[in-house]
Amino acid sequence: MSLVHWAILAPFILAIFVPFFRKKAATIHTGWFVLILPVVLFVSFLQYLPVTMNNNSITHSAAWIPSLGIDFSVYIDGLSLLFILLITGIGSLVVLYSIYYLSKTKESLQHFYVYLLMFMGAMLGVVLSDNVITLYMFWELTSISSFLLIAYWFDRDRSRYGALKSMLITVFGGLMMLGGFLVLSIMGGTFSIRELAVQAPDLYHHPLFLLAMILILLGAFTKSAQFPFYIWLPDAMEAPTPVSAYLHSATMVKAGIYLVARFSPIFAFSSYWFWIVSAVGLFTMIWASFNAVKQTDLKGILAYSTVSQLGLIMGLLGAGSAALYFDSLDDNLYTAAVIAAIFHLINHATFKGSLFMVVGIIDHETGTRDIRRLGGLMSLMPVTFTLSVIGAFSMAGLPPFNGFLSKEMFFLSMVQLSELNLFNLETWGIFFPVLAWIGSVFTFIYSMIIVFTVFTGKFQPEKLEKKPHEAPAGMLVSPIILAVLVIVFGLFPNLLSYSLIQPAAAAIVPSIIPSGEQLDVNIYFWHGITAELLMTIAVVLVGIILYTFLPKWVGLYNYFPGKVTLNNLYDASLYTVERGSNSITKSYMSGFIRSYLVYIFAFFIALLGFTLWAKDAFRYDASNTSPIGYYEIGLLVVLCVATATILMAKSRLTSIISLGAVGYSVSLFFVIFRAPDLALTQLVIETVSTALFLLCFYHLPKLSRHEEKMSFQIGNALIAAGVGITVTLIGITAHSTKLFSSINEYYIENTYKKAGGENMVNVILVDFRGFDTLFEIAVLSVAALGIYALIKLRLEKGDDSVNENK
Amino acid sequence: MKTNDVIFQTVAKVVFFMIIFFAVRIFFAGHYYPGGGFVGGLLTSGAIVLLLLAFDLKTVKKILPVDYKWLISLGLLFATGTAAGSVLFNVPFFTHAYDYFQLPLFGKTSLHTAMLFDLGVYLVVIGVTMTIIQTIGESE
Repeated sequence: MSLVHWAILAPFILAIFVPFFRKKAATIHTGWFVLILPVVLFVSFLQYLPVTMNNNSITHSAAWIPSLGIDFSVYIDGLSLLFILLITGIGSLVVLYSIYYLSKTKESLQHFYVYLLMFMGAMLGVVLSDNVITLYMFWELTSISSFLLIAYWFDRDRSRYGALKSMLITVFGGLMMLGGFLVLSIMGGTFSIRELAVQAPDLYHHPLFLLAMILILLGAFTKSAQFPFYIWLPDAMEAPTPVSAYLHSATMVKAGIYLVARFSPIFAFSSYWFWIVSAVGLFTMIWASFNAVKQTDLKGILAYSTVSQLGLIMGLLGAGSAALYFDSLDDNLYTAAVIAAIFHLINHATFKGSLFMVVGIIDHETGTRDIRRLGGLMSLMPVTFTLSVIGAFSMAGLPPFNGFLSKEMFFLSMVQLSELNLFNLETWGIFFPVLAWIGSVFTFIYSMIIVFTVFTGKFQPEKLEKKPHEAPAGMLVSPIILAVLVIVFGLFPNLLSYSLIQPAAAAIVPSIIPSGEQLDVNIYFWHGITAELLMTIAVVLVGIILYTFLPKWVGLYNYFPGKVTLNNLYDASLYTVERGSNSITKSYMSGFIRSYLVYIFAFFIALLGFTLWAKDAFRYDASNTSPIGYYEIGLLVVLCVATATILMAKSRLTSIISLGAVGYSVSLFFVIFRAPDLALTQLVIETVSTALFLLCFYHLPKLSRHEEKMSFQIGNALIAAGVGITVTLIGITAHSTKLFSSINEYYIENTYKKAGGENMVNVILVDFRGFDTLFEIAVLSVAALGIYALIKLRLEKGDDSVNENK
Repeated sequence: MKTNDVIFQTVAKVVFFMIIFFAVRIFFAGHYYPGGGFVGGLLTSGAIVLLLLAFDLKTVKKILPVDYKWLISLGLLFATGTAAGSVLFNVPFFTHAYDYFQLPLFGKTSLHTAMLFDLGVYLVVIGVTMTIIQTIGESE
């Protein structure tokens, strides 16, 4: 266990003490105790920067289940360090923000911080794990803690609905991913991601390659809210705003991005990877940005915008993988796309985190997040306004913020992609920049909505629950830090180029870089009049026009069929599954024992009959049979007549007596076949059981004591005949195929010699195989005590007094 | 409806002992001839049922003041005890031993630990049958 291991475990350990802080130091907001940890972690992980900057990595291994090859090994390279710094850095800011956001007295802080710390530890585990099984474990822990955090206000219906939805979708993806991991580890023979990446060129030719890829991508897409799995994210906005800022914009939803980036070295050789990842990403981007415009809830807008931006990053990662697939390319596309993805990942975390916090402030200070009720807050909340301008303009991709740069790089890589002439269809390539451009226009529009609808226009105090005023200073610290970062990264992008972006890009596909060299990462603020700059100008112009005339065309959204949404599909499918399984269960669990017997016997006939037929197992061999005597024929006739009488009898009494006749004839058979012990026992037992039947008959209730013949049903007759025939065939077959001789010779020899008896049956019962007898008398005892208890212990329904007295 | 069943009762008194002796005979002969604990137990309880038919539950309880549930546990104890006893002599569970002894009255007789096990079976069967019949008979 190295220090890095302890860093992953530290949040879990601290989580244990959170309730203690809450109880013993109730006067101090619990968040202050929690805040220390992410800050310490952030600072201590900074020391790895020099290591990763030289494209080196650090591995620490600790045994967990060595016999299964599962270990708890951590791996720090540029990619994981980038995520660690995001998780701990934004984690610190979110904890600080939550201290002012959540009331010390009204909220159950112990739960909040336990869940949050759990999530933080799990997230660290996801990005640091090298072993896929450990990765999966932490992955599910993020799902669980996210579930708990979304339903933090568990007395609200919407919270529980959102939590359940996110749980179902992300756990579905998580399980698919586990399947993918297992398939992958079967292919590669190891659980370690690094060792798998080494084998990547061989794995590509494995028949299971595509299956593993799709399963792992399902996990990544569900977690990162890609189309069509994004539907849980808007509903997860019921969580407290710090949670939305942390989990649903900066960290957890990027776990899928991390997964795609981490597994790129393994899968990116395949063109499927390129097509699936980039197509899903781009489609998600345009679809979500399109949907974000019609939202009226601020957090709803942000949720859709998160989905859209994640789609953008995903699309860029996909585009970057094309550089691996098309060997003929130089590294330019890869450099452009992957670096754009990483840069935008950082940028998105900064501006989206601050925007969520801004929305949280607006919600906190006005009591609503509905943009139809908000307006004219600019003069009342100047700091918040400034922050939202920075965040939203960066999101829209305007200079001088960092979003501008990553948007430019996005366009650049899309333009480069369009020049590839994929599959010799020149028309296909052009789709990439066009889709990207349309998505960006919508992004521009909703970013403007966030700023201008809320802060300009007419102030409507009568629609607000509280009197709005500027937020307390403590609440503003975190968004201010993030907004400052937005500007700093925008103005000085090369601050990050070689410290964070280059190592992360190098980690995603190490094989593309000649050893000992570094990728050329140089992000210029001004790079001349290029296609992408013109595209951005066009985005701004069209965006401004569309935003100005928004009320004129927003009605167009109503033309879209409102019912046909993925949410309705999800709800309907849940409903259908529930109703469907209910009706299926109802259709065959009829509650009648008769139907269950029909199933059992039908399966009996089907399985055994089919086996007999399919294996061609039926044999008939008369060489071992004895000659048939007259007594046997006579007795058989009696037996058959008695059996037929049972079935045909009009009265139950006749049936009982016939059953007795059957029993006595069986005991006569025992006599004929020379089994005196059996005959004796059968005689006595038959007498007793007939007496008991008569007892039951006597006590039948008067009302239903119809003397009527058993009704004939063709189905029952067929099944009965089927069972009889099957058993008979199996009996004949079994008798005809004697594979080895019986062991009875031993008993015959040794009954007297070893056991000192002459009655072989009895000696077998009490000596050779006395163990069986012991438990048979135990069965008898249980039966007797059961009858005693049934008769003596007569509890009335709902009568608890008997139990209480005892 | 009170009937006079003097004949039945008198015959029952005599036949009871005949059945009991037959049952004991069958029980002891089990190792050499058809019979054994199971049938012996059933016949013994048959004899008691005869008493039950001839007299009534209360009378029979007075004649045979036995709680048959105890008989069940006693029988199980005999059976498991015999089986477990072999462990004391460092042989596997359920190993029986027998030998011939010179007994007064009987002469040279074979005594077998399997008989103790069979006694357990015998007691259990009596206990079970009588418990069932008595319980059903008593129930309203």
